[in-house]
Amino acid sequence: MNHFNFIDRRKNPKGKSLGNRQRFLRRAKVQIKEAVNKSIRDRSLKDLDSGEKITIPSKSTSEPRFRLDPESGERDYVAPGNKEFGVGDRIKKPPKQGGKGGGKDASDSGEAEDQFQFTLSQEEFLDIFFEDLELPNLVKRSLKDMKSVAWRRAGITVAGSPTNLNLVRTMRNAHGRRLALKRPSNREVNELKERLFELERIASPDEAEIAEKKALLIKLEEMEARRRWAPFIDPLDVRYNAFAPTPIPTTAAVMFCLMDVSGSMGEREKDLAKRFYMLLYLFLKRRYERVDVVFIRHTHHAEEVDEETFFYSRQSGGTVVSTALEKMLEIQKARYSASEWNIYVAQASDGYTQSGDAQRCVEMLDEDVMPISQYYAYIEILDERELEVFSDKDSGAELWRAYRTFAPKWKNFAQTRIAKPSDIFPVFRELFAKNTREAA
Amino acid sequence: MSALLFTDSEWSFDRLKATYDAIEEIALNDLKLDVYPNQIEIISSEQMLDAYSSHGMPLMYRHWSFGKHFARDQMMYQKGYQGLAYEIVINSDPCIAYLMEENTMTMQALVMAHASFGHNHFFKNNYLFRQWTDAEGILPYLDFAKKYIAKCEDEYGLEEVEKILDSAHALMDQGVFRYNRPPRLSEADQLAKAARRAEHEQKTFNDIWRTLPNMEEEDGEAEERQLEVRNIKLPEENLLYFIEKASPVLKPWQRELVRIVRNVSQYFYPQKQTKVMNEGCATFVHHYIMHALYDKGLINEGAIIEFLHSHSSVVFQPEFDDQRYSGINPYALGFAMMEDIRRISTDPTAEDRDWFPDFAGKGDWRDVLKDAWANYRDESFILQFLSPKVMRDFRLFALHDDSDEAHYEIEAIHDDRGFRRVRETLARQYDLGMHEPNIQVVAADLEGDRMISLRHETHAGRTLDPKTKEDVLWHVHGLWGHKVKMDEDAA
Repeated sequence: MNHFNFIDRRKNPKGKSLGNRQRFLRRAKVQIKEAVNKSIRDRSLKDLDSGEKITIPSKSTSEPRFRLDPESGERDYVAPGNKEFGVGDRIKKPPKQGGKGGGKDASDSGEAEDQFQFTLSQEEFLDIFFEDLELPNLVKRSLKDMKSVAWRRAGITVAGSPTNLNLVRTMRNAHGRRLALKRPSNREVNELKERLFELERIASPDEAEIAEKKALLIKLEEMEARRRWAPFIDPLDVRYNAFAPTPIPTTAAVMFCLMDVSGSMGEREKDLAKRFYMLLYLFLKRRYERVDVVFIRHTHHAEEVDEETFFYSRQSGGTVVSTALEKMLEIQKARYSASEWNIYVAQASDGYTQSGDAQRCVEMLDEDVMPISQYYAYIEILDERELEVFSDKDSGAELWRAYRTFAPKWKNFAQTRIAKPSDIFPVFRELFAKNTREAA
Repeated sequence: MSALLFTDSEWSFDRLKATYDAIEEIALNDLKLDVYPNQIEIISSEQMLDAYSSHGMPLMYRHWSFGKHFARDQMMYQKGYQGLAYEIVINSDPCIAYLMEENTMTMQALVMAHASFGHNHFFKNNYLFRQWTDAEGILPYLDFAKKYIAKCEDEYGLEEVEKILDSAHALMDQGVFRYNRPPRLSEADQLAKAARRAEHEQKTFNDIWRTLPNMEEEDGEAEERQLEVRNIKLPEENLLYFIEKASPVLKPWQRELVRIVRNVSQYFYPQKQTKVMNEGCATFVHHYIMHALYDKGLINEGAIIEFLHSHSSVVFQPEFDDQRYSGINPYALGFAMMEDIRRISTDPTAEDRDWFPDFAGKGDWRDVLKDAWANYRDESFILQFLSPKVMRDFRLFALHDDSDEAHYEIEAIHDDRGFRRVRETLARQYDLGMHEPNIQVVAADLEGDRMISLRHETHAGRTLDPKTKEDVLWHVHGLWGHKVKMDEDAA
């Protein structure tokens, strides 16, 4: 009888090959990065949140071995499934590289493919995507300057407020002390008293009874003195639960998406805006445990809507940007207190607003919005021709010019113009890169 | 009639154990197999992928190429292009077999019969494995290798280690002794030697010299190595061995890395030469055992039908003009040949008596098979045992491919005139020497300019693939450190 075992390995730690994978990613880093950048440029960014199939040239990770050239010399081999061939028959070779059917020797087929395809996990994809980007001012509220505080248990103390009284500890201490100090219990006292009553009830007590009564009275007095001296609960016994304030990092962020949905914002503009929001969202999601998104669309009045409506429904009307800012502040005050939430605002517009409104926007930003925001990004969506016209940073539509004047004051404010999908990625990087430089 | 071992597809450890016992009873007492103790491990599909990427070994040193294979296999698996093997089995003592948790109970039974008895018997008895691998030592050795390489990574950096491993991997196929037994240390000796070296480092540790990489050999060791180099008679077929011993530039730890790669390569060499036999043996055994279980009333019709379904897909052989054709399926050929040996032993035709007078009709098919499993490799097995019936069943034909011609020429087919020719050609096809280039070290000027000369002895005009030749030579140059010359000569 052989001895044998069954071993259940399913609970073993996973990712045994993680080290190998990291080495592989490191090895092919340049190519993978190129492929990731390409896929960001070409593909719709809506897919970004999932893993990504990546194709890299296999040359970069080839494992060369000496092998025989399949196109040299002569060889004989055997294949199965003869149907009509007889000895001496000649079969035309299939065209080169079309190598299906007879004629592929397993050992020679090797790794002939020129492309190596595999799947990057979302994590790895985004890591590469976001490499050397930093979230602006992240440290400020979330790590260094921690304003949120949680009360955590910190053992037992002798002083505290009555609501934190630890009854069990207190009673336990009292009990121990009472035992140590031999405090007469209620039962003992009562027994004594009962006996005393009995004695008192006797109409004509004899000598012995009088003596007993006397002794009992003395004893009772002693007991009561001892009970006073050793109280049932002494201040010494009292214990309180202690709580200490522990700073906790703020791990929630809210992202306000503001967009102009008036007639001048067409499909193209909305699509560009969406990609921008998407990137910012992904970026935040990686840094914060929880990210809320609030969509505010506006024409001449602003309203909070769901994502679907935000991107796909149209509205007619004028354009008053400040209404969106008002709405944003209203929602922020109601739901997202600045001490608990990292606030990010992303505004997309075609740059037009009712005349005079730009100034009002700037005032609001300066006084109310910027002080509570981690970051404010404004993108102006132009068509390519306009982008050329406005190549100078100082010229532009009213809103752009107004923002330019106030922007330098706030390091966490960024504004950029984009015109086509391929602008987004560079712009996105520029926004954040600029900010880290200044923050540094 | 005994009670059924199981009636539905769910497996449990109790069922596994009962089924294992029933299988073992048949394997040892009926088939009279001789096996290492079994260790059976249940793993998830992800762990199976892990095992895939590192040669199926439970332990392996870290290298990016394993990560690459994992990435590819994982994608193929997730997209459904490729299923996972039902099992992986390791030539070690005890013999470790992995069962996937997704398998049904019937499949677990099949896999235990296949791996824990079929492959296990083959590993323990086949002369190549007995002679060339050390089933007891492999896991401790890999453990040593893994730790050693991890230590080198810490000490000398990932990139330095990777450089050596990459280059050694490129020469893996040229890193085996094919004909003469390696002048090897036992793994235990090697471990002891490495431990001694580490101890020496500890003892001679001097903080002042800490910043200098430790690149000196112990005196005795260097001399010992020089002696070994002088004893190597050129030409030497094992490039990695020669480089490990004689390279003028490698440091001791780098030599150790080359040796690790060489040992791993040597360990797998017998498997490359016995694919048909190994799989044939395991398939034959599981087929026999599953039927025996059914005959004994231990498994029901549902189970045997499920078994037959997967068995027939395992031994499916597409024809050469089929989309799915990718060479001869070793399971199919091995299983067919072994079943045929059994048939010839017990119920031969006149043709069989002509071809196999030694054992036709002798009845003791178990002994014939066990003798074949023990003493042959694919090439000699086919040459000895491929019968006309199997050739007819597979409709085998031999063709000649001259790269200068636009046509293949049919040399022989499955008829009386062609049987021997087909059989010889097929046997040669399984001779590794025929499709792995034969490259040898023919000269190394160790005193002078230190040039190393390699020669590829071509056969039938087949030259090295120029696409990879230069890349591999670049790796040789990296390991050797001096000029490398490569000739391609007809033998």
